[in-house]
Amino acid sequence: MTVHCKQDKPDEANRLDQMKQGVIGKPLPRVEGLAKVTGTATYAAEYPADNCAQGVLVTSTITRGKVTSIDKDAALAMPGVIAVIDDQRLTTRAAQGTADEAPQQQPKTVCYWGQPIALVVAETFEQARDAAKHLTVDYHVEEGVPLDPDAVEPEEQEDETVHQGDLAHAMSEAAHSVDVTYTTRGHASAAMEPHAAIAQWDGDKLTVYASLQMLNYNISELADALDMEEDDIRLVSRFVGGGFGSKLGISEEAVAAALAAKELGRPVRVVMSRQQVFQCIMRRSETTQRLRLCTDANGTLTGFGHEALVSNLPGEEFAEPVLQSSHFLYGGENRELMLKVARIHRMTAGSVRAPGEAVGMPALEAAMDVLAEEAGIGPVELRLKNIPEKNPEEGLPFSSHKLAECLQQGAEAFGWDHGPRKPRQTREGEWWVGTGMASAARVHNVSEAKARVTLKADGTAVVETDMTDIGTGTYTILAQLAGEMLGLSPDHVLVDLGDTQHPRGPGSGGSWGAASIGSAVYVACTAIREELASRLGVEEPDLNLSDGKAASGKSIADILDGKDLAREGHYEPGEIADDYTASGFGAFFAQVRVNRFTGETRVDRMLGAFGFGRVLNHTTARSQCLGGITWSIGVALTEALEFDPRDGHLVNPDLAEYHVPVHRDVPDLDVIMVEERDPAASPIQAKGIGELGMCGGAAAIANAIYNASGARVFDFPMTPDRVLAAMPD
Amino acid sequence: MAQTISVNGTPHNAPEDPRVTLLDFLRQDVGLTGTKKGCDHGQCGACTVIVNGVRINSCLTLAAMHDGDEVTTIEGLGTPDEPSALQNAFVEHDGYQCGYCTPGQICSATAMLSEIANGWPSDASEDLESGIEISGEEIRERMSGNLCRCGAYANIVAAIRDVAEQSA
Amino acid sequence: MRPFSYARARTLNDAAQTVADDGTMAIAGGTNLLDLMKLQVETPSQLADINRIGFAEIEDTDDGGLSIGALATNTETAVHPRVRADYPVLSRAILAGATQQLRNKATNGGNLCQRTRCYYFMNIDQPCNKREPGSGCGAIDGIAKLHAVLGTSDQCIATYPGDMAVALSALDAQVQIATSDGDSRTVPVRDFHCLPGDTPWRENVLEAGEIITAITLPAPVGGTQLYRKVRERSSYAFALVSVAAIVEIEDGRFSRADLAFGGVAHKPWHDPRIAEALIGKAPSPELFDKAADILLEDAQGFGENDFKIPLARRTLHAVLEQATEAAA
Repeated sequence: MTVHCKQDKPDEANRLDQMKQGVIGKPLPRVEGLAKVTGTATYAAEYPADNCAQGVLVTSTITRGKVTSIDKDAALAMPGVIAVIDDQRLTTRAAQGTADEAPQQQPKTVCYWGQPIALVVAETFEQARDAAKHLTVDYHVEEGVPLDPDAVEPEEQEDETVHQGDLAHAMSEAAHSVDVTYTTRGHASAAMEPHAAIAQWDGDKLTVYASLQMLNYNISELADALDMEEDDIRLVSRFVGGGFGSKLGISEEAVAAALAAKELGRPVRVVMSRQQVFQCIMRRSETTQRLRLCTDANGTLTGFGHEALVSNLPGEEFAEPVLQSSHFLYGGENRELMLKVARIHRMTAGSVRAPGEAVGMPALEAAMDVLAEEAGIGPVELRLKNIPEKNPEEGLPFSSHKLAECLQQGAEAFGWDHGPRKPRQTREGEWWVGTGMASAARVHNVSEAKARVTLKADGTAVVETDMTDIGTGTYTILAQLAGEMLGLSPDHVLVDLGDTQHPRGPGSGGSWGAASIGSAVYVACTAIREELASRLGVEEPDLNLSDGKAASGKSIADILDGKDLAREGHYEPGEIADDYTASGFGAFFAQVRVNRFTGETRVDRMLGAFGFGRVLNHTTARSQCLGGITWSIGVALTEALEFDPRDGHLVNPDLAEYHVPVHRDVPDLDVIMVEERDPAASPIQAKGIGELGMCGGAAAIANAIYNASGARVFDFPMTPDRVLAAMPD
Repeated sequence: MAQTISVNGTPHNAPEDPRVTLLDFLRQDVGLTGTKKGCDHGQCGACTVIVNGVRINSCLTLAAMHDGDEVTTIEGLGTPDEPSALQNAFVEHDGYQCGYCTPGQICSATAMLSEIANGWPSDASEDLESGIEISGEEIRERMSGNLCRCGAYANIVAAIRDVAEQSA
Repeated sequence: MRPFSYARARTLNDAAQTVADDGTMAIAGGTNLLDLMKLQVETPSQLADINRIGFAEIEDTDDGGLSIGALATNTETAVHPRVRADYPVLSRAILAGATQQLRNKATNGGNLCQRTRCYYFMNIDQPCNKREPGSGCGAIDGIAKLHAVLGTSDQCIATYPGDMAVALSALDAQVQIATSDGDSRTVPVRDFHCLPGDTPWRENVLEAGEIITAITLPAPVGGTQLYRKVRERSSYAFALVSVAAIVEIEDGRFSRADLAFGGVAHKPWHDPRIAEALIGKAPSPELFDKAADILLEDAQGFGENDFKIPLARRTLHAVLEQATEAAA
């Protein structure tokens, strides 16, 4: 039986708070923890498959043009090689998040350097890899394709454009103003588990073990690519070794494995090399961002301008949504916002953790620091002063808003000095030491979700959905949520995820997973509670369940009388999404040291304070925040994709030269969770937290670099060369 | 004469194709998939195993080169029923998120604690010759060959410190 | 990887005969070779595993120096009590390189032969005169952030990426080489690596069939020994610029100033004129600048790596200042 809940109004009932088990929010260790630490958790490439052949993708060595011929015979003559697949259904890009349809196919048409064009299958991995590298491919090359985002006429994303009042006039009249331009380089998700798939057929039924974030969309993308019915496909992703956007959509290896397995009549495994993951999944677009901010004499914003240039391949709908939180974070009646996309033939641009705010917030918050200095106001005070009552563009109320509390509590815990700020005040040996801060904001989204909860006759429960746990803690929070609602210890709740045989979840992405699937589980559990209450002859709100028993002392197993009780919860965001602006908010504080000789920057300590609705598990929520802050360090200091100016190929497609932060880059971090109940965010009053922790953090570091050393850098990442170039003598 | 490699105390024949790395040998031939392939180029540490007591990247060595060697993988350190102290500490401190780098982190940390006990200095050591004092900075430097993209570093260090301090 | 045959050498002689064959390469730690073989940058048809031929000892030499086996690992070398006590610049340089896992496997001989990290060298679908003579240099007009500013040629602007050899250059260590005819020869580390010139594929002076057997260090020189590595991450990144320094100050004047530089050239950079300029002079920022002027006299950037020129100057300042303070 399916129970449907469409949320059209804020849910002030806070039913979870009235439950008796007392496990929701608690810092419980992950239920799958022992499997992960003992190496017994199974990831995509690791499922046993008898007689499995090994496939390796072949990628283009030109930027734009056509594959005119592939010498299959020579490859097939190599030891162990059993097939060269160049089927026109092969996909050549990863699908964008929530695409719900196949991405670009037709592998003979090359749109970027490193694009998959074929698959070589052999008996062993070494044979396949060697043959893939030796496949002779002839091309017709198209010359003169655009590669430089600054050298083409960009397209305006009109739905992002805001012209409100007269910003130019406000700037000219303002007591204080800044007009600054920042750049950010491209980023890679660089999840630790490379994209991988094992495909096997049973007649016309296909099973694919893959590493994907959103099976609910991926199944339709795969079905579309293969021209199949969804019912004939099963996708399994029980453990996903990190996603960060790169596994939102179906990627090239899954379709290739499925086509090869069909042709060969045996299972095929395709694992991307690390270089391929870098080159043919997704990049976060580089950005150029102009910030124009102006205030009156009191430091109240009168004008707010944020214009950004990003890039993508022709035909891709995704444009890094740089301005997403700029629309509502601060006031200012004169507003000018514009997003433009340059069409160039670098690899596909798409979602990388916190698309938009991950780069938009650092630029905005660095500009706010320049403005604070210009206006002679403390940076915390400037922000507090400019928190709008309502969304300054749409006039909508905020569903909840904890920015002020985060700024205040964060400053307090960090020991922020509210006094006058001047750069270069503290030196320890070779190092200038200083502090900086920034606000955090990340839009909150929810998505349709289904989950089945079965209360078993033995008094345990099972939660089933195709929702994934990409390291976010889904297994654990759903056990807690169902346990709370049904009066069970979480270890009596089995959570079964990542299998499309289960009801469709929301997928993991955009930080919406927990609130969306949690709401579906909540809806299912509420329905089960209603049935239990009716059997006991009480009203549901009066049903007190804990430790497997009702308040009367009757056990759940007795109430069930030998029969399972199952309900499917179907949660859908309703009109409420149009009634409120919903966002997570927060604040970052950082202390850094900058070497006066070399411009090297090290983060000494960093703190984040975040308000994101109900906390479902303090441990896993804190870990999400820690992860976000760690990414902030990467954005601030080390991460940059580098593209060749002549053919647009990614020159640093590996973990040696694309610098994700290492252990030593990350000091002890502090996290404050400013807990709240957001009734309009979801029926469980929770918002997303997977991304908020990196939305602005890089600016706290940038601002600290300035405060420490006097180097005002306008380009992220702030590598030693850039810090040195900006450092006063 | 067939070459044999001991994996967690059990002898296995080395693969016929000399191209097979120790990592692929463990994952494919031996069937122990706890050792992870993250980059296949010694850049991420997910494949870290302990060979003759020393931690190495199993992706950058050939199985054929390990005739007679003793290889310990994550499966050899502990099991869900009998986890090692570090494995328990990683669970307790949430020293992971997605879990993919975790076996490498734990193998690495296991060997690292013996390196510290042996007095091996690191880039973070103030003095090359006096003993090593376990600190956050020492652990971070020594663990820098194990990337964690989820950003669980702070918790990983807390887990390792916990075990290091208990055993010190 | 291309298919190859694998054989374990039992003796040096055994190994020398094998590696003299065309297409045969010696493998020791394998951390660089296998990396490149997977990318098909290196495509040997045969590998001679030299790990069990000996030459892994670290032992005193008759003149009070130290002989470090070519097949001793980087870790064994860095943690050796005599290296720590008498040649701290070498311990420091090794510990600043790579990761513990890599250092545990990498050997000293292999580390000397480590190949460049130039992006274009490592991508066989891009031009590179080093990998494929005559194909052109992708880096010169491409992305050249990692690249050299000293001793470049119009054929190649790659850097030697290692750290250990930079310290060995400052220490004026000697490379012991077994020749294919069973003889041996000695080459100073300072002369071991080549500049790219018109032969960028030739990275060092090893001839076909030659195998490094040991590195010998002179009798301890004392002084303040520093290894300073500037990099984009705080650990586990190749040097933008590095400086190995052995400095002594007597009566307020430099009496020793052996400096070598990494990250700036196709080889560890050692310029004897720098010591000449410093010795006998009292430390001062002006003097440090003069040393930097000598170092960077012929420096040439390629756009993206222009920053290395001021960075090398500033890092040299930092090291000399630190050494001066330590000596005081």
